[in-house]
Amino acid sequence: MIELENLSVNLRTFRLESLSLRIAPGEFFMIVGPSGAGKTILLESIAGLRSLAGGRVSIRGLDVTPLPPERRNVALVYQEYALFPHMNVERNIRWGLRFAALPDDAHVHRLIDLLKLKPLLGRSPETLSGGEQQRVALARALAVKPSVLLLDEPLSALDPSFREDLRDYLAEINRGGMTLVMVSHDFGEVLSLGNRVAVISDGVLQQVGDVRSVFRAPANRSVAEFVGMKNLFPASIRGTDAVTEGGATLLLGKAAASGERLLGIRPEDVVIGAEHPGDSRNAFQGKVVSIVPRGMAFEVIMRTDGGMRITARVLSSALLSGGVAVGGEYWASFSPDSVHVL
Amino acid sequence: MPRSLRERLFMLSMGSFLLLYILWPLGGLFLRADWSLVASASHDGEVLSALWRSIWTAAAATGVIALFGTPLAYFLARQSFRGKSILEAVIDVPIMIPHTVAGIAVLMAFSPKAPAGALLTSMGFSPVNSNLGIILACMFVSIPFYVDAARDAFYSVSPRTEKVARTLGASFPHVFFRISLPLARKGLISGLIMSWARGVSEFGAIVIIAYHPMVAPTLIYDRFATFGLKYSTPVAVQLILVCLGMFVVLRILAAGKRKEDAEI
Repeated sequence: MIELENLSVNLRTFRLESLSLRIAPGEFFMIVGPSGAGKTILLESIAGLRSLAGGRVSIRGLDVTPLPPERRNVALVYQEYALFPHMNVERNIRWGLRFAALPDDAHVHRLIDLLKLKPLLGRSPETLSGGEQQRVALARALAVKPSVLLLDEPLSALDPSFREDLRDYLAEINRGGMTLVMVSHDFGEVLSLGNRVAVISDGVLQQVGDVRSVFRAPANRSVAEFVGMKNLFPASIRGTDAVTEGGATLLLGKAAASGERLLGIRPEDVVIGAEHPGDSRNAFQGKVVSIVPRGMAFEVIMRTDGGMRITARVLSSALLSGGVAVGGEYWASFSPDSVHVL
Repeated sequence: MPRSLRERLFMLSMGSFLLLYILWPLGGLFLRADWSLVASASHDGEVLSALWRSIWTAAAATGVIALFGTPLAYFLARQSFRGKSILEAVIDVPIMIPHTVAGIAVLMAFSPKAPAGALLTSMGFSPVNSNLGIILACMFVSIPFYVDAARDAFYSVSPRTEKVARTLGASFPHVFFRISLPLARKGLISGLIMSWARGVSEFGAIVIIAYHPMVAPTLIYDRFATFGLKYSTPVAVQLILVCLGMFVVLRILAAGKRKEDAEI
């Protein structure tokens, strides 16, 4: 569907470097990375809104690199909606139809029904809530029957309740066969919506793959940090043993190639307890240095006697019943299988 | 007295000094004018033709500025490049220099001895002591007023709105005329008003390149120098009335109906 070949963009303060990607028809493809990674620039490059320093963009097998945005049949929805403020909702939605070879009114009516926009048609965009504006922006984009829908953090500016709604709409639009490419900086969003994901940072593609496999096996430190793998330790590996820089020995679930590698352990795989958990687990004694609330859970940060900083994600209920407190001595443990070698 | 009210009163009383500084002399002009002379001035052919000339030459200058200045303003609002601030400073130069100096510069550039002036003269358009000269002088002093206002107006239009319009199938000119221009409309009209008002009130630059035919400010000066204050005031009152009238009408037009994009 979309093929990017060595795509490069050269701005004064930023470069997107030789990026290659393939996105299949009907896919819900996510592009993630920290802010300033170049995600929006990548989307705008696909849409033809950025001049390329090099590389090619193909859509449906057609090389569109020399084509202006209006001839690529790619629609774009921004985080801040970008509705036309001088037109009412209906005119916004229908604006692109005048350029369509075969304007399909029935299609527009279906969109208006799907996104529940009928009561809003006569309203001016500035009177709408964020969620309503984003639905209008979606309808406007889909009205021209694009071959791909590009979404630039469409959920970020919305209240949580609207976010749920819009997430459902996006999933439904995708089930209808539309190829979606969505930029996000939230890996939770990626897990709930995407089929495949590309992680970029500093204008460089770090990893592409199935969402779950990227989540489970991040390719390097920057991807690991992005997917929330907070415990990262450089170590030298020999068989199923890994010795960290601080001298601690960890047991691996299965033998890995020897050498200097990075170990990653997810905070949710770490258990904090008062007793030594037994020899089958990796266990380190240390002091809790801080407890940080994260939604329905807490992050307990421990410094071990060997100087390792271990972060555990603990459910609020477990934390309260277990009586874990800052300053206390505990055991942090995790199974050898939860140690990932990057 | 509540603190916030006291603060507001303080600011208002300080600011009212300047308001008074504008309104007092202008009000005095109206109060102390000899209204029989004002009335007779409105039948005076010389006064009427000078007023009319002021209006249309300033409008012509503004039209030319809008034609060339709108793309320039859009360019400045959308592009960032090395030397941009120098370019913007150049545009503002006419505000900085004395208007008589501007007049001399324009006169030298368009005198029959200079290439541009020679070309125009050979085509039958003499820039010296002509309507054309007045327009050229007005343009020089009015450019920054329109270009600055138009640039700020385009700044306020989100580039992403324009980008979305492109992806919906619109070409660049279509987006410019259907999205950017209507959204910048208020600021553009206010730039046109400022540019026109600057032209109507111009004296220093015009008097150097074209004392005759007379525009209203030249006529006011001429009457003042020849007959004194009493006979220059009626023309001044007439000019103020015309300017204020135009100003009010254009402001109402600019603030009025926000016409929707009618065509679907």
